[in-house]
Amino acid sequence: MTKFSLLDHESVPIHEIMHEAELKSVLSKYSIEKEQFPKIRVEDPVIKEIGATIGDVVKIKRKSHTAGEADYYRLVIE
Amino acid sequence: MANVPPIPKRISAIKFGLMSPKEIRKMSATSIDTADTYDDDGFPIDMGLMDTKLGVIDPGLRCKTCHGRAGECPGHFGHINLVAPVIHVGFNKIIRKLLRASCRKCSRLLLDVPQKAHFLSQLTAIEEIGHRPDDVINEAYKEASKVKVCPYCGEEQLDIKFEKPTEYLEDGEKLTPTEIRGRFEGIPDEDIKVIGMDPNNARPEWMILTVLPVPPVTVRPSITLESGQRSEDDLTHKLVDIIRINYRFQENREAGAPQLIIEDLWELLQYHVTTFFDNSVSGIPPARHRSGRPLKTLSQRLKGKEGRFRGSLSGKRVNFSARTVISPDPNLSINEVGVPIPIARILTVPVNVTPRNIEQLRVFIRNSGVVHPGANYVFRPDGRRIKVTESNKEDLAEKIEYNWMVERQLNDGDTVLFNRQPSLHKMSIMAHSVKVLPDKTFRLNPAVCPPYNADFDGDEMNMHALQTEESRAEARILMQVQENILSPRFGGPIIGGIHDHISGLFILTRFEKKISKPNAYDLLRKTDVERVLPEPASFGENGEPYWTGKQIFSQLLPKGLNMGFSAQVCSHCETCKKEECPYDSYVVIEDGELIKGTIDEASIGAFKGKILERIIKQFGASQGARFVDNFTRLAIRAVMRSGLSFGIADEDIPKEASIQINEVLGKAEDDVQKLIQSFINKELEPLPGRTLDETIEMSIMQKLGKARDETGNIADSHMGLENPAVIMARSGARGSILNLTQMAACVGQQAVRGERIQRGYAGRTLPHFAKGDLGSDAHGFVKASYKSGLNPTEYFFHAIGGREGLVDTAVRTSQSGYLQRRLVNALQDLEAQYDLTVRDTRGVVVQFKFGEDGINPTKSDFSKPDAIRRIVSDVVNREVE
Repeated sequence: MTKFSLLDHESVPIHEIMHEAELKSVLSKYSIEKEQFPKIRVEDPVIKEIGATIGDVVKIKRKSHTAGEADYYRLVIE
Repeated sequence: MANVPPIPKRISAIKFGLMSPKEIRKMSATSIDTADTYDDDGFPIDMGLMDTKLGVIDPGLRCKTCHGRAGECPGHFGHINLVAPVIHVGFNKIIRKLLRASCRKCSRLLLDVPQKAHFLSQLTAIEEIGHRPDDVINEAYKEASKVKVCPYCGEEQLDIKFEKPTEYLEDGEKLTPTEIRGRFEGIPDEDIKVIGMDPNNARPEWMILTVLPVPPVTVRPSITLESGQRSEDDLTHKLVDIIRINYRFQENREAGAPQLIIEDLWELLQYHVTTFFDNSVSGIPPARHRSGRPLKTLSQRLKGKEGRFRGSLSGKRVNFSARTVISPDPNLSINEVGVPIPIARILTVPVNVTPRNIEQLRVFIRNSGVVHPGANYVFRPDGRRIKVTESNKEDLAEKIEYNWMVERQLNDGDTVLFNRQPSLHKMSIMAHSVKVLPDKTFRLNPAVCPPYNADFDGDEMNMHALQTEESRAEARILMQVQENILSPRFGGPIIGGIHDHISGLFILTRFEKKISKPNAYDLLRKTDVERVLPEPASFGENGEPYWTGKQIFSQLLPKGLNMGFSAQVCSHCETCKKEECPYDSYVVIEDGELIKGTIDEASIGAFKGKILERIIKQFGASQGARFVDNFTRLAIRAVMRSGLSFGIADEDIPKEASIQINEVLGKAEDDVQKLIQSFINKELEPLPGRTLDETIEMSIMQKLGKARDETGNIADSHMGLENPAVIMARSGARGSILNLTQMAACVGQQAVRGERIQRGYAGRTLPHFAKGDLGSDAHGFVKASYKSGLNPTEYFFHAIGGREGLVDTAVRTSQSGYLQRRLVNALQDLEAQYDLTVRDTRGVVVQFKFGEDGINPTKSDFSKPDAIRRIVSDVVNREVE
């Protein structure tokens, strides 16, 4: 079986693990704690794919009907 | 969002169990032994049903348990020691299952050890994933009741029969509650776990009552009638019965009465306890009051629509509200609601007495009961409420001072909320200004029907009078009708012209109609625009001026409005000539003047009105509301002047047209026959992915559908825009061209589930046709028009199709209603914050930008940069692309 990356599929948006600095700026922008991010499970295939661990925040660049492209953030939980 | 509220506390678990006799006695304040309530002096008797240890309801007395006064004391339970155990009706199902599943001698569950272990492990597994254990438990019961010989003591098991309401027969012998209780007591704790009960919280023998909890007096307060007589609550009556029988039972048993009498009394005790819990158990006559009214006992208080849950907790009745039938009044503004005088005289608004209004309020108080804006109540500074009556009104009018408060009757200009159920969106509740009117119905402008989804075939609506300044301000700013013309669902107007408004303006503005001066002024009579007519468009033979309908309509448009768009009547020509449209179907508005085009649904209709939308977005909600008020009045005048009626003669088509239609239908029928022939000869090529049968059906459907459309076109071509039905259909006022086609030309194929009608007899739909006939008329094609009349078979097929339509709508509304309810329940706590994020109550973000673009649909031009285009063309003074 050929291996392929989940992210190559057109319906899977780009997921990236966020750096400390970027995360801080996002947290202060919305003045929230990490816990207030929407959540995503570590078992989620795309999280496995990018190798994020519990406590990481992933940034998702989604295609949007209304805004063209929209950023979304999700906290990885167990 | 600096202060995010802390994540709220969550209930981790709720535990339900049975009450043990021990627990009942422990929580009991006293044992109840006498059936009497009050002594001769009217004081509660000790150990009676109204014992002050159970709490107090009479003012002045103190509770003996908590020393609280009436109101402070929550009430305390008592108990009745039952002489003999009785069954609790609520547990009959479990009792029956358990009797069948346990041994009659050794009481053990009739399952062997490995089986028990199996079910127990399944239960723990299912509990871990959080599923309901019902299936496993029922399986365990089923397995156990199959066993005929006890695997532990070898006792043969007998058949248990349950007889309503509370009898158990073992091989025809009656089991007494004592015996049942004895068996249940013997079931070991480990066995109880197998059938899903927790032995610490629910031992099965607790389902057989030996002691009965007596609810506190606060639960069953007695009412003192005007005559000074006390009337006891239904529950108290029931408890009296129980105590009496309990006492008689004890006496008889101690006196060594015969077994027969004892059994009778036991049964009677069982009956009373049963009806105490539930007075609607099938199999026994409901306990009745002396008057013959069935008693309302415990489960009646909770159950059903008027029960505690649905009637008192989920929904309550509110004060300051009114409900009546609605009817239309086009002379009201869309922001107004006509309130009948009888309602206006009952609903009130509180007003604080100040130096500025004291004289006015005195007038209100003096008017009370005579003239309409009166006052119903006066509140002293200490909060005492005084009703304004004929005898004290002069007095009160003199007495009021600055810090008093007066409840004045509802009057013109008051803000009220108006609502029609089902409240499916925010526009189902809007704020209106009161206009007090005679008669007995609520009146509203027909233009506000669409958001409420109201019509006047007997609809009723509710009204709520707002009581505080804050609520009035909030309602005015957020909920007033004019603020809700644009729907956040699609960013367009949900309020607008309907029916005659559209036909009226269509007739008025189509082409260049000549309107004389008196007519022009008369058309504008009811509008609030300045009565200054522009330069006349033309002059008659004698030099008298004439205006066009477009000019008249332009009087309603604000200066500075520039638009260009296709009207509803637009026939979508291959190349649109826009401004040069020969059919007057391209609307051009320059600086608030209608230059070209016809005003119809696309301009001013509810859901579509482009002009209305533009006015609100460019000039604000007040201008929008004013525009609606004006154009509805103008439209009604216009349609009244020209007249618009529809009769059977309007469906007439010329002879040659009917001949043409018959030709088309005849040819279609021939084509269908040819198709059928080729199908029979097996010459038909199946469509890709279809069977031959499906192919022939589809081809026939397609042929007949086309034929119907063709007949429609023929009929349509003979009915011009002078035909009122065509005017209504084309302008979007009401009805469609399809409706017209069906009336004048051909009704067409009747369908069930999107297919031709196939059901009926074996191989045919009706006995009128040969078996296997695939022809058009044998499967529900209606050649006739409604006007010409349907033949009997056509009529029958039409009824079949019509019935399906009715059933469909009924099913769809209930299903989509439930779907919507679930969606609303899931989303109702989400809130768009000032930083444009959407968050739930815990502050967890759901969307980082509302709708991902942060745009409010009611403020944008359908998310297109139309505003920029408009600004540029306004500046350079010409259209830009």
